[in-house]
Amino acid sequence: MLIRWLLLLWAALVLAAPAQALTQAQARALATGDTASRIAALNELVVGVPDGQAAALIQALADDAVKFTDTAVFVMKDGKGFDPVTGAEVPVPDAAEDVINNNQMRSELDAALALVKLQSPDAKLRLEAVKTLASDPSESKLPLVEKTYAAEQDAQVKEALGNLLFALQLSSPDTAKRLAAAEALGSVGTPATKLLLTERAAVETDPAVRSAIAAAIEQIDGRLAWGERLGVVFTGISLGSILLLVALGLAITYGLMGVINMAHGELMMIGAYATYVVQNIFRSYFPGAFDLYVLAAIPVSFLAAALVGAVLERSVIRWLYGRPLETLLATWGISLILMQAVRNLFGAQNVPVENPAWLSGGMAVMSNLTLPYNRIAIIIFAMLVLAGVAALIAYTRLGLFVRGVTQNRKMAACVGVNTARVDTYAFALGSGIAGLAGCALSQVGNVGPDLGQNYIVDSFMVVVLGGVGQLAGTVYAALGLGVLNKLLEGWQGAVLAKIMVLVFIVIFIQKRPQGIFAMKGRSAEA
Amino acid sequence: MQRRFALKLTTAALAASGLLSLPAQAQDTIKVGVLHSLSGTMAISESVLKDTVLMMIADQNAKGGLLGKKLEAVVVDPASNWPLFAEKARQLLTQDKVAVTFGCWTSVSRKSVLPVYEELNGLLFYPVQYEGEELSKNVFYTGAAPNQQAIPAVEYLMSKEGGGAKRWVLLGTDYVYPRTTNKILRAFLKSKGVKDEDIVETYTPFGHSDYQTIVADIKKFSAGGKTAVVSTINGDSNVPFYKELGNAGLKAKDVPVVAFSVGEEELRGVDTKPLVGHLAAWNYFMSIKSPANTEFIKKWTDYAKANNVPGHKDKPLTNDPMEATYIGFNMWVQAVKKAGTTDVDKVIAAMGGQTFPAPSGITSKMDEKNHHLWKSVFIGEIRADGQFNVVWKTPGPVKAQPWSPFIPENKGKKDEPVVQAKK
Repeated sequence: MLIRWLLLLWAALVLAAPAQALTQAQARALATGDTASRIAALNELVVGVPDGQAAALIQALADDAVKFTDTAVFVMKDGKGFDPVTGAEVPVPDAAEDVINNNQMRSELDAALALVKLQSPDAKLRLEAVKTLASDPSESKLPLVEKTYAAEQDAQVKEALGNLLFALQLSSPDTAKRLAAAEALGSVGTPATKLLLTERAAVETDPAVRSAIAAAIEQIDGRLAWGERLGVVFTGISLGSILLLVALGLAITYGLMGVINMAHGELMMIGAYATYVVQNIFRSYFPGAFDLYVLAAIPVSFLAAALVGAVLERSVIRWLYGRPLETLLATWGISLILMQAVRNLFGAQNVPVENPAWLSGGMAVMSNLTLPYNRIAIIIFAMLVLAGVAALIAYTRLGLFVRGVTQNRKMAACVGVNTARVDTYAFALGSGIAGLAGCALSQVGNVGPDLGQNYIVDSFMVVVLGGVGQLAGTVYAALGLGVLNKLLEGWQGAVLAKIMVLVFIVIFIQKRPQGIFAMKGRSAEA
Repeated sequence: MQRRFALKLTTAALAASGLLSLPAQAQDTIKVGVLHSLSGTMAISESVLKDTVLMMIADQNAKGGLLGKKLEAVVVDPASNWPLFAEKARQLLTQDKVAVTFGCWTSVSRKSVLPVYEELNGLLFYPVQYEGEELSKNVFYTGAAPNQQAIPAVEYLMSKEGGGAKRWVLLGTDYVYPRTTNKILRAFLKSKGVKDEDIVETYTPFGHSDYQTIVADIKKFSAGGKTAVVSTINGDSNVPFYKELGNAGLKAKDVPVVAFSVGEEELRGVDTKPLVGHLAAWNYFMSIKSPANTEFIKKWTDYAKANNVPGHKDKPLTNDPMEATYIGFNMWVQAVKKAGTTDVDKVIAAMGGQTFPAPSGITSKMDEKNHHLWKSVFIGEIRADGQFNVVWKTPGPVKAQPWSPFIPENKGKKDEPVVQAKK
């Protein structure tokens, strides 16, 4: 947004100076006709530096804010039409059609805008412009880039421009220049450079340049390999943190309490739908604070799922303690009821949950490694939830009661613990954590009535593998499975990776039925 | 004892005669079977097709019915359960004696009902794009064959205008449609001089939601040359994929993704921001401007509002399979009128060469021989509002090739159903 303002400001400044004027014919050629002729018109316009009106029209085209009829072109702003040449407001006929850009046109427009930006007084804008140009280098830009390079003062921008220059010179007819470019590019090390070098290698005839290109590619590959390795570790941890979140609630309801809760996935779904509802409330009532809706959704999804969990426990599950088969069937039935209830309330379609701006995009750590913000946030969130649950179980009175009741129910009752109430609280806690998992899942995947079905098997796998009744086991199992899955996926593809992980778990449980961590003491035999 | 037995016998006889007399009454209507999943994973896509057929039936009845009789819908729910499709199809044909069935979405469900329709000589209209490699006398395919969707889309991406892609990622969910389509595409790409190392084929399980590794692989692969992704990912798995692409900084203009299963309906439950600029290939888009489309959209909007179709009553959307159902139904009505009967063999004979002004703006024609529609192919770019901008289209309708010439085993197969001799 800021960039656009600066650009407009700059465009206005240039407007005052005499420059090559935009004609109606040029505007029409730019907005209508087939892509090839429009690009030709665009290139004609940017031979010199496009002036204010032309730049404004190009910007409007890139923003999809231009309409046209058989005779005229309109730049649209706030529902009003303006003449691209004179800038005067003109009425837009109903028959006017939107100018449609395809991807090729769009990247040409971006490149043209980058040329405009390259002349900007702001070094940051210039650097950005160089990056845009570098992503799709074309020879026609060479003279302009050379000129700018000579005049550039800022060291950082000058270096980037230098690299861009090398990239452009890679297809120069002068062998010496190509050789120099190939040698220099090896140290740039971005995937875009590699692409450029690979493309050149395919058509290069000079043996010296060929070997220089091969050496440069090798150099780049060495750098990229590190980014790839780190990427695998990160994706593994990210998947592991999601598995941890979905399994943590189950670690309490199944692990500690022994309830085989087939409706666990649906409690996650309720958490995700709670997030959706909070999002809609924020959109209609607090549009200014929309980006913060996720923070508000965290407690809401916890409470919503915990409440449903408490009702379930009080009405159904508490009659079935110690009867695992009946519990399994009853909770499976409940899961179907919950899914259908949500279908009736919200419809069978998935509902849209938007990422707030601060969870969109990613952090470019290396040229080929971008860590998405939503994944980073979920890893941190999973750690916080884990710390919270561990503290709750270890240090609070409720935690003490839960541990007491799971270890020896009768004894706990004898010393005055209201075991029925503790059961309800513990089940509600496990359900609430499932709700939190749902809130997190809404930021990476789809929110629909079937959401929970995709995770129920995974969460049982994690809890059983980790060792029933052990929070620490759940953590190790989740992260271990996440990283293992991603390593296998990189090697054998997603389908086989899933199968191999399942086979691994089956064999592991055969050899060690108690899981990674076994319960010690008397309760293990109970 | 004796008396009781006699009593039972009389009741049984009465019941039998009652049952026998039922079909006689039912002759006053023409029954139309609707075989779409209304529950389970496919309900998202299929339930709206059921409503489309119901809308057409109501519409036809308002015009006075067909051959002087009213149409009557028989709706069954095969619940996204493939074997159940076959059972329900048998029920429609033997118990309800429907004159025609509109149904199925996934290829596996179609494969499941196919033997039933062939055995009992039923008539099925199948409205979804599919992988081809099939031609049955008892089925009319109103969706696209691979050469009416996949191949033009790839040709577009290869063209200068589409970005001039040199390397290809064929990404799909692991089942018959993506596997077969990718087999055809691989053969096609090879015929265009693309080398094997410039093609990767990747599959994911159903419901896959973690695309981090795949996106990282695409990123790495795209460093070797201009890359395009052809996605046959099923339904809602697309959303996490596009989200991951956007977060990893891969833009549509760097690595365009063309999808064959993403339409207006699939984009409904989606935050479209990360998808803008990616492509979809269909034979119809809701945003196409034509008088037939305006009429189609208006009909659907009115119907959805009047009948409280969930989702559509607030935001009516039309899509390609709905259009295919619409065309198929209208052609069946025309064919029945031409034949003067609903007899399956006579209707099949009358179907060939039927034409209908399609909402996509062309005059759609049922091929005289091969049971497929002639279709125009459109490439659309996803817009922020979940609609599509048409950026390219074929010059005219394309004839379907159910037996793809890019699969060597298809050589010599006839472009019309082989009628087997009656036993």
